[in-house]
Amino acid sequence: MNLGMAMFAGDRLVHLAPVDLVIVVFYFVLVLAIGFYLKGRSNTGEDFFLAGREMTAWIAGLSFLSANLGALELMGWAAASYQYGILAAHWYWIGAIPAMLFLGLVMMPFYYISKTHSVPGYLKLRFGEASRALSAISFAFMTVLMSGINMYAMALVMKVVLGWDINFSIWISSITVAVYVTLGGLRSAIFNEVLQFILIWAGAALIPILGLIEAGGWKALQLKVAANASVEYTHLWSTLGSFKDNPMGIHWTGIVFGLGFVISFAYWTTDFLVVQRVLAAKDLRAAKMAPIIGAAFKMFVPFIVILPGLLGLAVLPIKLTGEAVAVATGGHSYNEVLPLMLARYCGPGLLGLGVTALIAGFMSGMAGNVSAFSTVWTYDIYKALIKKKATDAHYVLMGRWSTILGVLISIGTAYLVMQFLSIMDYVQALFSFFVAPLFGTVILGMLWKRATAAGGFWGLLAGTVSSVGMWAWVKFDPAALRYVALSSDAKDMAENMYRALWSWIICVVVTVGASMLTKPKPDSELVGLVYGATEIPSEAQVPLYQRPAFWAVIVTIVFIALNIIFW
Amino acid sequence: MKSDGTISIWFFIGVSLLVNGVLIFGAGLYELAHPPLIKVVLYDLHASIWWGGILLIVGLLYCIFYNPYRA
Repeated sequence: MNLGMAMFAGDRLVHLAPVDLVIVVFYFVLVLAIGFYLKGRSNTGEDFFLAGREMTAWIAGLSFLSANLGALELMGWAAASYQYGILAAHWYWIGAIPAMLFLGLVMMPFYYISKTHSVPGYLKLRFGEASRALSAISFAFMTVLMSGINMYAMALVMKVVLGWDINFSIWISSITVAVYVTLGGLRSAIFNEVLQFILIWAGAALIPILGLIEAGGWKALQLKVAANASVEYTHLWSTLGSFKDNPMGIHWTGIVFGLGFVISFAYWTTDFLVVQRVLAAKDLRAAKMAPIIGAAFKMFVPFIVILPGLLGLAVLPIKLTGEAVAVATGGHSYNEVLPLMLARYCGPGLLGLGVTALIAGFMSGMAGNVSAFSTVWTYDIYKALIKKKATDAHYVLMGRWSTILGVLISIGTAYLVMQFLSIMDYVQALFSFFVAPLFGTVILGMLWKRATAAGGFWGLLAGTVSSVGMWAWVKFDPAALRYVALSSDAKDMAENMYRALWSWIICVVVTVGASMLTKPKPDSELVGLVYGATEIPSEAQVPLYQRPAFWAVIVTIVFIALNIIFW
Repeated sequence: MKSDGTISIWFFIGVSLLVNGVLIFGAGLYELAHPPLIKVVLYDLHASIWWGGILLIVGLLYCIFYNPYRA
C-alpha cells in the first residue's frame, strides 16, 4: 500500500507522527521566545510602531515579502495553478515585480523622507485630514475583517488537512500572534516574519524538487500536463490574445493594465500592511533596497507555489475539482493540492516542517494585519480624531491594547464567517474597492505638485464609490459584465482587474479636475512630499554594486528572461 | 547583522534550522532502520536524511557565526 492510497483514507489528509508534533510545538515556543526577548525593546512609539527604524535592507525586504506570503496565499495560488495553469504566475511576476521596483526607486524616498508612520499619515501631510480619515478608517476596518476571514479559512484548512478542531486552531494561533506582537511591537512581527519566511522555504521547497524528479523534468512535466489538462496550461502569454483561448478567460490587456499596473501597483505601493515593513528600514538606501530584495525573492516564489499546482496536474492519481463538487462527491478540491503534494513526498519530520510552513505563513500574514491595524488605529484614528495630545507612553499602551483588540475583532469575524459564509465574498470585494483609488491618490500626490487637498479627497471618494457602483451593477445585472470587463466571457478575476482599472482612472480624472479648480499649496509646504519639491540624497558616492538602481536593473533582466522562457 | 549588540534574528533562524534539521535527520535515519509499511512516493531517495542534513549544517553555521557570545 503506498501513500497515494493511504492519504485519502480517514477524515483527514495527513496524520502527524510524534516528531512532526515536536517540530510544530518547537515553532510556537520559538516565536513566543522571540516576542518575550524583544519585550524590553519596544518602549517608545518609534520602537513599537516602526521597530526603531533600524532594520537592515535584508530584514526589511524579507519581512516585506513575508507579510504577503500567507498560508492562504500559498495554498490559494497552488490551487489556482492547478485550475488555470501557469497563468497564475502572472500574480508573482508582472503582478508584483514592476510595482515593487517602482516602490523602491520612486516612492520610497517620499514615504521615508516625510517621516510618516503610515500611508494614511502621508495622505494627511499631502492632502489633509479628510483624506487621511477616509483612508485610515477604511484600511483599519477592512484589515481586521480580512484577518478574521483568513483566520477562519486557515482553521478550516487545518481541520481538513490535520483533523484539528476549528476552535483550537483559531485560538492557539491568535493568542500566539497577540502575545508576540503586543510584547515586541513591529520589531517582533518583523523578526518572526523573517523566521517564517525561512521556514516556509525550508518546508515547501522539497515538493517541487521531488515533484520534478518524479515527473522527469520540466519538458516531461509539460507533456504530462498537456495530456491531463491542456497544452495552454504551461504557457504564460501565448494564449492571452483572446478571452476564449485560455483557462482564466482573460485578455492580455487585463493582465498588463489591470493586474500589472493598477492592482499590483495599488497593493505593493500603498497597502500599509506591506509598506510598514519598509518604513522600518534604518536609512533611505536600505528603504529603497528592501523592496528590490523582496522583488528578487518574489520572482522565485512560483517555484514553491505554482510548480506544485502544475505537478499536481501531472502526477496525482486523482482529478481535483471545485469546492462544491468536492463536497458533493466526497472528493478533493483544487484547494487541497498543496497538502496533497506535501503528503505525497514528505514522511515523518518533513511533514511536520511542511505543516509548520503553512502555520508560519498564516501567522506572518496575521501579524502583518494586526501590527498595521494597531499603527493606523493609534496614529491615524485615535491620535488624530479622539485624543490629540497625550504622552508617547500613552500611545504605546494604546498600540498594545489595539493589537489585542485587532486580534479579538479578527476572531469575532472568523466566527461570524463561520455562521454566514457569504460574508467572505462581500468582504473580499469590499477590500478591493479601496485599494485601486488609493493608488491613484498617492501617486498623484507624490508626482504632481498641482494636486490639491480637495482633489485628493474627492478623487479618492469618487474612485471608491465608482468601484462599489460597478460591482453592484454586475451583481444585479450580470449582462453589465460586457461593459465593465469588456467581454461577457470574462470571469471573476478579469472583472476585478477591469473594475480596478476603471476606478483608478476615475480617481485620477476627478483628482486632476478638482485640483485644477482649487488653489494648490505653495512649494514650501510640499518639501519632502512631492517630486520636484524634494531633494533626494545623491548616490553618486556609493559604489555601483551598492546602488538600488543597479540591483533593480538586474532584477528586471531576470524578470524579462522568466517571461520569455515561459512565454 | 546584530543590532545594538543584542541577539541577531539570524541566530534565532540558525537555532530553528538546527533543531528542525536534527529532528528530521534523526527521523530519516529511524525510517532507514525501520522502513514504514506505508511509504511516501520517492521513499528510496530518503529525502528526510539529506534535507534534514542540509538544514542541520546551515543551522549550525548560522548558530556559530551569529552566536551572541562570539567576540
